Amino acid sequence: MTRTPVSPARPPLEPVAGPAGPPALGPLDAADLDRLLLIRHFENALLRLFGEGLLSGTTHTCLGQEHVPVALNPLLREDDFTFSHHRGHGHFLARYPEEAPALLAEIMGRRGALCDGVGGSQHVYHRTFMSTGVQGESLPVAVGMALRLRRAGHGALACAYLGDGTWGEGSVYEALNLAALWNAPLLVVVENNGIAQSTPTERGMAGTIAGRVAAFGLPYRRVESIDLAAVRAELAGPVAAVRKEASPLVVEFVTRRLGPHSKGDDTRTADELRRARAGDWYERYAAAFPRAFAAADATWRGYVDDLVAEVSSRPPALWTVR
Amino acid sequence: MREPVRAERVSEHLNRALHDVLAADPAVHVLGEDIADPYGGAFKITKGLSSRFGERVRSTPISESAIVGAGAGLALGGDKAIVEIMFADFAALAFDQLLNFASKSTAMYGRPVPMPLIVRCPSGGRRGYGPTHSQSPQKHFLGVPGLSVLELTPFHDARALLEDGFAAGRPALLFEDKVLYTRRMFRDGVVDELFRYEPPDRPDGVVRVGVEGVTGYDCTIIAPGGMAHRALEAMRELLLEHDVLCELLVPARLYPFDLGGLLPRGRHVCVAEDGPAGGTWGAEVATRLYPVLWGRLARPITLVSAADSIIPAAPHLEREVLVHAHTIRLAVLEALA
Repeated sequence: MTRTPVSPARPPLEPVAGPAGPPALGPLDAADLDRLLLIRHFENALLRLFGEGLLSGTTHTCLGQEHVPVALNPLLREDDFTFSHHRGHGHFLARYPEEAPALLAEIMGRRGALCDGVGGSQHVYHRTFMSTGVQGESLPVAVGMALRLRRAGHGALACAYLGDGTWGEGSVYEALNLAALWNAPLLVVVENNGIAQSTPTERGMAGTIAGRVAAFGLPYRRVESIDLAAVRAELAGPVAAVRKEASPLVVEFVTRRLGPHSKGDDTRTADELRRARAGDWYERYAAAFPRAFAAADATWRGYVDDLVAEVSSRPPALWTVR
Repeated sequence: MREPVRAERVSEHLNRALHDVLAADPAVHVLGEDIADPYGGAFKITKGLSSRFGERVRSTPISESAIVGAGAGLALGGDKAIVEIMFADFAALAFDQLLNFASKSTAMYGRPVPMPLIVRCPSGGRRGYGPTHSQSPQKHFLGVPGLSVLELTPFHDARALLEDGFAAGRPALLFEDKVLYTRRMFRDGVVDELFRYEPPDRPDGVVRVGVEGVTGYDCTIIAPGGMAHRALEAMRELLLEHDVLCELLVPARLYPFDLGGLLPRGRHVCVAEDGPAGGTWGAEVATRLYPVLWGRLARPITLVSAADSIIPAAPHLEREVLVHAHTIRLAVLEALA
């Protein structure tokens, strides 16, 4: 069994001063860097495995969006219930990095899989994390879960991740309406990566997410930064208000998808891909924390390589039809 | 002299069952459009619940997908949810939540995930409500892994049916023939001067209606609860006017269908339902019965269903489409001829 490397606790890293460019990054916790790099190398490994014909079906990587769940991670509590979707590996690994072997086994259909290989990449349920493969489907469910959590009275919330493409689904609006009417402690996290499978957002969405949220009278935040410290500073108060006041909040992250939607299905031009890669957290953090980053990067690259080898060698998952 | 106490109406029975279920278990919630007092639901089935149980009973916006999803979310978190769909026709708007979320979640995560969710669906025609408010869409929900399809009957105890549905941990649709609401429950094993019934052996089991002391029948009619009165009327006419002896089996569980060891005693079998012809519940029942009855069936099982048609609003046109007692009577006579 491959063990998850754990960075020793130490003070946050301070960024080195770089040449003029994007705004300077705030301090970075080693544990955050670990999570970022685990997800990056995990997703890269999946694309490699696909290329080698070792994964069946389909899978959707979150390359370029890893910082979103990592930034949110300390703002979420153990008893918060997270609903994820088809692009959910990063959401899961940010919360449960120690379960990376079980997630990979789930995706590869091997023994030790989180859901016995039934769910695969898109349908994972572990403790207070659940993902489903149908866009928009989990938002009404999250409202029901939020009501349940509010009634329990411990201040837990339901967090639901959505992509920009999901705003075409009617269920989203039904759920936002219910959440607003019923004061559901619901945190909606939108990862707007500018493209829904192959359709650019501007061809799939009239108006804006902010405008749509405003129509329900709900609080809304827009986050453009990839700086974990800055994102947390901005969202800590609003997320605390979701718990305290049991009122919904929609946070839109402006992000980028570096990889294809699933596997070889990227129709973007080289120029579009170059623009998507600009400002990737990976390059920026590598530049700001050169030594610590390089060391951690090597550690996690090696960890994921070992993990792939170990999980690949496992026998197939067992499940009884029921 | 005191008047004999009449059996309660099916609507009263169901309303009392809901009161009892909510009173017995603080985890139970009810969601639905216009269900709160003083309105109490389009068919008054939820009357008194919101006054008595407060926020556990919520009137919702017109959002079938969201309220079924929210019910599933409550169930996922450890509560239990009853969702009222105002007209069964609108369950189509919640199909994704039923097909892809609630039912699949019981099994797709590699281990059993309990989903105590019951979606109540007032169904059926004969009220002149027209094509989108009169259907019996049960068949569209058959064969979904993890999803139970139940139907209210005038024989089955509704509270037991609801509690049994929750205990099963799998989501269920409960179809309720709107016309049935105004009828009275049967009790004490008596249907009328001709027929007696044996109660089901379990809350969602099969009720057997026949003539006391008789074990051999010309025909066994199998029909869901909303069809029961029409089947009984047909049986009465068949016996009195044609000397044809029928028994009736009424299941509360349409899918997965199981006679629970009760074998039809008729030499012929007729399955009657009010959904439109084609891909029907009756076809599913016949498929399940053929292997068991093959050796003693003299002819194919007769399927009676509504016409392969939309349901018109005008009552005289609606009558042309739906199943009536005489539809069943003629089908049985033709089969036995």
